[in-house]
Amino acid sequence: MKKILAILLASTMVLSLAACASNGAATTTSEPAAEAEAAPEAAEAEAAPEAAEAEAAPAEGNTVKAGFIFLHDENSTYDLNFLNAAKEACESAGIEYIIKTNIPEGQECYDAALELIDEGCNFIFADSFGHEDFMIQAAKENPDVQFSHATGTKAHTEGLSNYHNAFADIFQGRYLAGVAAGLKLNEMIENGEFTAEEAKIGYVGAYTYAEVISGYTSFFLGARSVCPTATMEVTFTGSWYDETAEKEGANKLIQNGCKLISQHADSMGAPTACETAGVPNVSYNGSTESVAPNTFIISSRIDWAPYMLHCIEAIQNGTEIEADWTGTLATGSVKLTDINANVAAAGTEEKLAEVTAALEDGSLQVFDASTFTVGGEALDSYLADVDTDPDYTPDTEVIIDGAFHESEFRSAPYFDLQIDGIELLDTAF
Amino acid sequence: MNEKHAPLFHIAKRKSLTWYKAWGIRLLAILLALILDALITTLVTGLNPLGVYGTIFKGSFGSMRKFWVLMQNISILLCVSIAVTPAFKMRFWNVGGEGQILVGALATAACMILLGNSLPNAILIPVMVLASVAAGAVWGLIPAFFKAKWNTNETLFTLMMNYVATQLVAYFVIVWEVPKGAGKIGIINQSTEAGWFPMIGTNRYLINIIIVAVLTFFVYYYNRFSKHGYEIAVVGGSEKTARYVGINVQKVIMRTMALSGALCGVAGLLLVAGTNHTVTTSISGGRGFTAVMVAWLAKFNPFAMILTSFLIVFLERGASAISSDFGLNASFADIITGIILFFIIASEFFINYQLVFRKGHRKTEGKEA
Repeated sequence: MKKILAILLASTMVLSLAACASNGAATTTSEPAAEAEAAPEAAEAEAAPEAAEAEAAPAEGNTVKAGFIFLHDENSTYDLNFLNAAKEACESAGIEYIIKTNIPEGQECYDAALELIDEGCNFIFADSFGHEDFMIQAAKENPDVQFSHATGTKAHTEGLSNYHNAFADIFQGRYLAGVAAGLKLNEMIENGEFTAEEAKIGYVGAYTYAEVISGYTSFFLGARSVCPTATMEVTFTGSWYDETAEKEGANKLIQNGCKLISQHADSMGAPTACETAGVPNVSYNGSTESVAPNTFIISSRIDWAPYMLHCIEAIQNGTEIEADWTGTLATGSVKLTDINANVAAAGTEEKLAEVTAALEDGSLQVFDASTFTVGGEALDSYLADVDTDPDYTPDTEVIIDGAFHESEFRSAPYFDLQIDGIELLDTAF
Repeated sequence: MNEKHAPLFHIAKRKSLTWYKAWGIRLLAILLALILDALITTLVTGLNPLGVYGTIFKGSFGSMRKFWVLMQNISILLCVSIAVTPAFKMRFWNVGGEGQILVGALATAACMILLGNSLPNAILIPVMVLASVAAGAVWGLIPAFFKAKWNTNETLFTLMMNYVATQLVAYFVIVWEVPKGAGKIGIINQSTEAGWFPMIGTNRYLINIIIVAVLTFFVYYYNRFSKHGYEIAVVGGSEKTARYVGINVQKVIMRTMALSGALCGVAGLLLVAGTNHTVTTSISGGRGFTAVMVAWLAKFNPFAMILTSFLIVFLERGASAISSDFGLNASFADIITGIILFFIIASEFFINYQLVFRKGHRKTEGKEA
C-alpha cells in the first residue's frame, strides 16, 4: 500500500508540475530602454537619427511608459514577432517599458493590465484576440491610460476614447506570397513534375475565422493570378498553436496530392512536414528557413513596430489614437521576408516588385470581385459582419466599386466568403 | 560474516515524531532548498540570490493588488483541495478535479448565456449555483457509481472524465463563440453584468474568498465531526470492517464522490461568475492536479491546506516576478520553485523514516572486506 501511495504521489507531482509549467508561468520582463541603447549594436546607422529625434520628444510632450501583455513567450513565432516589435519601437522612441509574457486569455490579462498601471505604465498593449474583453474591462476603469489591442474587433462599437484596435492589410502580403507560390507551381509544371490541372495547393488553417479565411483566400487569389489552373484544399486544426496537428494536417494535404503548402497557424509543424516530404512551403509570421532550408520560399508577416511607435508618439503629443488603425505596405506594417533563392522560381523578385507597385498605387485590388465567384456567381453586393454580435448579424456593405473592401470598416479582417476553387476539408472548428 | 555485508545505512520507520521536530525537519528542508536555489542562481545567471528571493516575496506582497490576486488564487486552489479531500480520506483517488471544475464552469456559463437576458441576478445567481453544483456532482458520481457497482479503477476513470469534460467545453465554446470562427466566447454579459458575482465595496475578489473560507470550515466539520465523515474514515481504513459494522459502502462511495464533485463544481462557479466571466478549456489551469499535492502535503487537514495552497501560489507568483525583474525565461523560475517543492516533499520522507547508520567500530572490518 505504501508503495502504491508513493507512486501515486509521485505521479500527481509530475502531473501538477506539468500543469504549472504550462499554465502557471506568467512572466514579466522589465527593461529600461537606456540599458538597451547603451549596447553598440542598437545604434544602427539608420536607427540613430530616429532615436535622437524621439529622445527629444518626451521633453516637450507627455512621458510614456509602455506595458506589453503577450500570450506566450519567444517560443511562439506569433509572440516573437510582437516581442521584437515592442523592443524595437520602445528603443527607438527611447521610452521605458515592461513586457509580461505567458498571460492567458482570462482574468489574468485584466490583472496584468492593472499591475502594469500600478507600475506607472500609461500605454498598455495586448497581442492576442482573447485578451480583448479583459482589456476593455481594464480600459473602462482606467480612462487616463491608453489601451491598444492587436487583432480585436470591438473598438469601433465600444465607443471608449482610450481603447483601440489595430491590424494590417496583411491580405496584401498574403497575395504577394501567393504570387511567389504560383510562380513556383508554374516552374514545376514546366519541369514536367505534374500537369497544370494537378496544381493543387494545401493550406493548414487554425479556425474557420475571418482572419484565416481572408488569409488563405488572398493567398489563393495571388497564386491563381499567375497560375490560372491552381486549386486549393484547406484543413483546420482548431488551435492557433499545435505543432502535432499542424504537421499531421500538412502530411494529410501532401498525401491528397497538394504540390505546395502554406499555413496560418503559429508552430513549425507544417514547414517541418514539408521539409521532410520535399514539398515547397510558404509560411507566415516570419521566416521558417531555419527548419526548412530546402523547401521554404517566402513568408509574409505584420510588423507591429510602426503601430506601436504611432501610439507612443500620439500619447507624447497628446493627440487621439484612432479607434481602428490599419497598417499598409506604405506604413511598413506589411512585410515580406527575403526570398529563398534556392527554392523560389526564377524571376520571383522582379514579379513581386511589379505586383507590389500595383497594389501600392491602387491599380490592383486583392479582392477584385471579377477575379472570384461564390457558388458559381460573381458578387456585386455583400453584407459582412463588421460589428461583432453573438448572432453574427451581417451589417455593412463591403463590395464597393467592384471590389471587396477588406480591413476598411474596422481593422480586423471580415472577409468570410467561401470562394470557388477552394475546398474546405473540415469545418468543425 | 553477516556484519561484513551490513550496508552503510538502512532505512527504518520512525516512531511518531513530536510536532516541533516534524516542523523542524520541514523548515530545514526549505532552508536547504533555498541554499541550493541560491547556488544555482549565482552559478547560472550570476545574479545576487538575495535579490531574487526579495523579488519572489514582492511578487505576492509588492502591492495591494498583488496581495488580493494572491488571496484570490489561494482561495480557488484551496476550494479544489478541500473538494478532493473527502474522497481521498476514503482512499478514492479522485484525480478528476480538473473535469469536475470544467463542467461546473460550463454549467455556470450556460446559465449566464442562456438566461442572462431573462432573469434578474437575484434568481439567476442561485440557478447558477444549483447548476454548477449539480454538474460537478454528476461528474463525480459517474466514476463512483462504476467503482461501487463493478469496482472499476477510479484513478483511470476520473482521469478519463477530465478529457471528456475538456472536449465538452471545447464543443460549447464553438457553439457560443463570438465572432464566428474565433474559438473564443469572450466576457459573457459584459455590458449588463448579468450573473456576475457582486463586488464587495470595490473588491471583486472578496466574495470568492469568503465563500471558500466558509466551505473550508464546512469540510473540516464534515470530515471531523459528522457521521458521514466517520463513515468515510472507516471505509477508507478497511472496506471489510465497514461492511462488518453495517455501513453501506456503495452508498458512502457515491455520496462522498458526489460531494467531492459538487465542491469542484463550486470552484468552476467561482472562476466563471466571480473572476473570469468566460469559459475556456484551460480555465481550471491544472488546479485539479495541483490540489492533489496541496491536500496531500496538508495531510488532508483543511486548515493546513490554507498553508500549503499559500505556498504553491506564493511560489507561482514569485516565479513570474523573478522573470519580471531579471528578464529570465519562465523556465528558470520553474526550476527554482520545482527545487523547493521537491525538498518539501522529500522532507515528508524524513519525517516518516530515518536513516540508521552502521555503528562506528565496523570501520576496521570494512577494510578487511
